[in-house]
Amino acid sequence: MTAPTPRRSWLNQRVGRSQNVDSAKIDDGTPAVELVAVDKVFAAGRTGEVTALVGVDLAVAPGEFVTFIGPSGCGKSTLLRLVADLTEPTAGTVRVNGKTARQARLDQDYGIAFQQSGLMDWRTVVRNIELPLELRGWDRRRRRDRARELLELVGLPEFADHRPGELSGGMQQRVAIARALATGPRLLLMDEPFGALDEMTRERLQAELARIAAETGATVAFVTHSIPEAVYLSQRVVVMSARPGRVSAVVDVDLGVRTEDTREAPEFFAKVTEVREALRGRRSPSVAAFGAGEER
Amino acid sequence: MRDRAVRILTPLAVGVAFLAAWEAFVTVQRIRPYLLPKPSAIWRQLTQNRSDILDAALATGSNALVGLVAGSVLGILAALVASRFWIVDELLIPLAAAVNAMPIIALAPIFNNMFSTTSTVPRRLIVTVVVFFPIFVNALRGLRQVAPIHRELLDSYAASGWEFARKVRVPNALPFVFTGLRLAASLAVIAAVVAEYFGGVQNGLGTRITSAASNTAYPRAWAYVAAACALGLVFYLAATLLERLAMPWKRTALAG
Repeated sequence: MTAPTPRRSWLNQRVGRSQNVDSAKIDDGTPAVELVAVDKVFAAGRTGEVTALVGVDLAVAPGEFVTFIGPSGCGKSTLLRLVADLTEPTAGTVRVNGKTARQARLDQDYGIAFQQSGLMDWRTVVRNIELPLELRGWDRRRRRDRARELLELVGLPEFADHRPGELSGGMQQRVAIARALATGPRLLLMDEPFGALDEMTRERLQAELARIAAETGATVAFVTHSIPEAVYLSQRVVVMSARPGRVSAVVDVDLGVRTEDTREAPEFFAKVTEVREALRGRRSPSVAAFGAGEER
Repeated sequence: MRDRAVRILTPLAVGVAFLAAWEAFVTVQRIRPYLLPKPSAIWRQLTQNRSDILDAALATGSNALVGLVAGSVLGILAALVASRFWIVDELLIPLAAAVNAMPIIALAPIFNNMFSTTSTVPRRLIVTVVVFFPIFVNALRGLRQVAPIHRELLDSYAASGWEFARKVRVPNALPFVFTGLRLAASLAVIAAVVAEYFGGVQNGLGTRITSAASNTAYPRAWAYVAAACALGLVFYLAATLLERLAMPWKRTALAG
């Protein structure tokens, strides 16, 4: 499901990398993320070419929490990487905060977290969080203050000087989220950040992420395999299907402020069912009677 | 604490037992000294020639050290360049392989002729060449084996190639460089000692071993061999210590 790493040559350019535009608010109706007629084909024109995405149109409003769900190979991670400008679309346009995805990356408009924490074991926890700030030229004191603040936010203030190897998987993932939040981005891109965690840790971190997203007002694009996770976290669930990857349904979720009780609510289960039906390619339970034969 | 004591005492006990068995074997079997001298005789030589052995060890040790440092610096620089530009990589790898396949010690007589007979340069040069390869190969591997996620992360930060090298490539390569250095440390001493067998200044452990052996002073020759052994150990331990100091995050792993 991971796309090939793009060559560095085109990523190295530093044209127009501006400082501290992170918190520039865009409230003029410009979508935080906008994809228009996006296709992505790997190894295009060669044998073994793989069509990852076809005709994706999508807009994410500022402050919105959107999850992408679908079977393996549906291109949901690729979609996130297109937004992150870690790979380029074969056709169509990707815009972030009204800019090209490239410009948004160079301006560091987004923070990103992956399934693996990707912490560097040669750095302490606090220095891992400082890394993006170092690269933006923040001075030492300011970096340290910001990193402490973030450790507080993710509930790990006493682990600042630990090595990543000394932390549990869930704690490492929290540090990775703190790092993604370091520059105060208006957009968070998350590629199955809780995918490798046990169910209990996972639910706790989901609750924390929901809180953090609400507190910071950041837009979140979140890729997951888990239906309850998608429903719990997001205001909108984008359901994708595979071969070729495309958006097959969009489910709006209106469950208000998330608490632990949300998971027990009948509306929650109703939404879980709705997303599951959508994943199976059925539009509503009424067509279930003859839709069953289409299941893979 | 107890584990530590066991870890130190066990090899020590084995060593003492081995020396005792050696002594007994030579005594009982009446082995001629030119075949195998007794450990006690070697020990006597070691204590009698203490200051001379120390001087010789210092001479050989400084050759080994200079060569080790020079070879390491060159190896790391070459690896940095090779990891950055694929064309250099393509050119350097076969060259390095060729250099490695060559019996470098065989160059000693040739190097000796290039410089005056009182020069230590040819010996240091040999050590440099010997050390270069393990450092180069290991450093290059470390510089290359960057976790894809770290690459993507730095790309997402719009980091330049230089920033990527400094923040990720180099620290990531450190464990590999030190693996090479530990290997190279012992090799450096071996190369420095053996290089002395081919003439030149008469001041090192290698020249002392050959002159003692040609004077049929076998226990003395063995005493110098023991000193060379100790010198190699010192180099190895120094490299290990350096490794621990340079990579505090690996300390727990190394201790375990």
